Amino acid sequence: MSSEAHTSAEYIKHHLQNLTYGQLPDGAWGVAHTPEEAKAMGFWALNLDTVIMSLLLGVILMFVFRRAATSTATGAPSGLLNFCEWAVEFVDSSVRGSFTAKNDMVAPLALTIFFWVFSMNLMDLLPIDYVPLLMHELGVPFFKVVPSTDPNATFGMAIGVFLLVLYYSVKMKGVGGFVGELTLQPFGKWGMPVNFLLEGVNLIAKPISLALRLFGNMYAGEMIFILIALMGGTWAGVTLGSTTLYGSQILLSLGWAIFHILIVTLQAFIFMTLTVVYLDMAHQEHH
Amino acid sequence: MNINATLLAQTIMFALFVWFCMKFVWPPIMAALDQRKKLIADGLANAERAKHDLELASKRSAEILREAKEKVSEIVGNGEKRASEIVEAAKVQAKVEGDRIIAGAKAEIDQEVFRAKEQLRTQVSSIALAGAAKILGREIDAKAHNDLLDKLVSEI
Repeated sequence: MSSEAHTSAEYIKHHLQNLTYGQLPDGAWGVAHTPEEAKAMGFWALNLDTVIMSLLLGVILMFVFRRAATSTATGAPSGLLNFCEWAVEFVDSSVRGSFTAKNDMVAPLALTIFFWVFSMNLMDLLPIDYVPLLMHELGVPFFKVVPSTDPNATFGMAIGVFLLVLYYSVKMKGVGGFVGELTLQPFGKWGMPVNFLLEGVNLIAKPISLALRLFGNMYAGEMIFILIALMGGTWAGVTLGSTTLYGSQILLSLGWAIFHILIVTLQAFIFMTLTVVYLDMAHQEHH
Repeated sequence: MNINATLLAQTIMFALFVWFCMKFVWPPIMAALDQRKKLIADGLANAERAKHDLELASKRSAEILREAKEKVSEIVGNGEKRASEIVEAAKVQAKVEGDRIIAGAKAEIDQEVFRAKEQLRTQVSSIALAGAAKILGREIDAKAHNDLLDKLVSEI
């Protein structure tokens, strides 16, 4: 528990605040020191923790995979190489399973999504106070270490996927075909407004569901870690109550962390699979 | 938890990572995997072929062995036949030789008999002569009675 945070509410708030860089109320550019300051910065601000963590993880991943790619030999693979090849085969087979059209971009896209999202989610398993405490010592007011608990990150990726869906929808069916798909079904041309409403919602729901599902799961998981961490935070000397709470925190953290391994992997897999499925739908000439 | 420009930054990073992965990660790994797959398939095919070859070779060796056995028995048969032929020929030759020897011996015996007869005859005639001379008490003029003697000899 951070020494600055005095109440549970402050503690939670502190943990849920991104390190935001933007224009401060006095006109200067800098890091927001309170949630209010961060809010006041408006759209043109950057969540430094999200950007740094996701960039770092992405670069590490790409570095690892690139290393594997350049060192692949045809002999028996070992260690890291083996893992990377397994990862590629795993993604390749799951893409083959749900993507029927021919597109060389989808499989690398799925690989990137799966491992990037997975590594971002995995940060959730870092002990919840370590990084913020370390950052506090370094003079950084906030630091949220899990990028996927920031809706900006999940929506950022979902928008990327959505743009690809739009691009391939138009590329495969033409502008007319795509517009037709949005307006001429399911009720024929006389039901055009209704069609457009239904299909529009259908279309918009894709990125939103993609982003919110990941964000919601990771945010809720993070929240539970915070709540569990609060139990030991009420430490008031060696009393029966305090000791019980402290022990419960350890056990619950362990249990939740183990369970979270599943969620972390599952959410990354769902994000990947849904992306592939949406892109497959974009490639399909249907009805 | 405000929506801000992080959104754009994340989208851009996303695009860059996907591009990098698509350009520099996926193709070489896929190529290596395909290559290895091919290598393994080739290896298996080679093994299969080698097995097949081995099978053929063992079949062939069995055949050669069988042929060799046949040849050997044929040669042995020939040898036996030849041996019996030689023995047969030797028998025939021996018989011929024996016959010849027998014939020769017979001829010799005949000759011997003839000679003995001749001798006997001569002796008999001289004995007869001597006998006659004794009987007659006088010397018979051999010369004068030569023709008589000869007649006698031829009669014996």
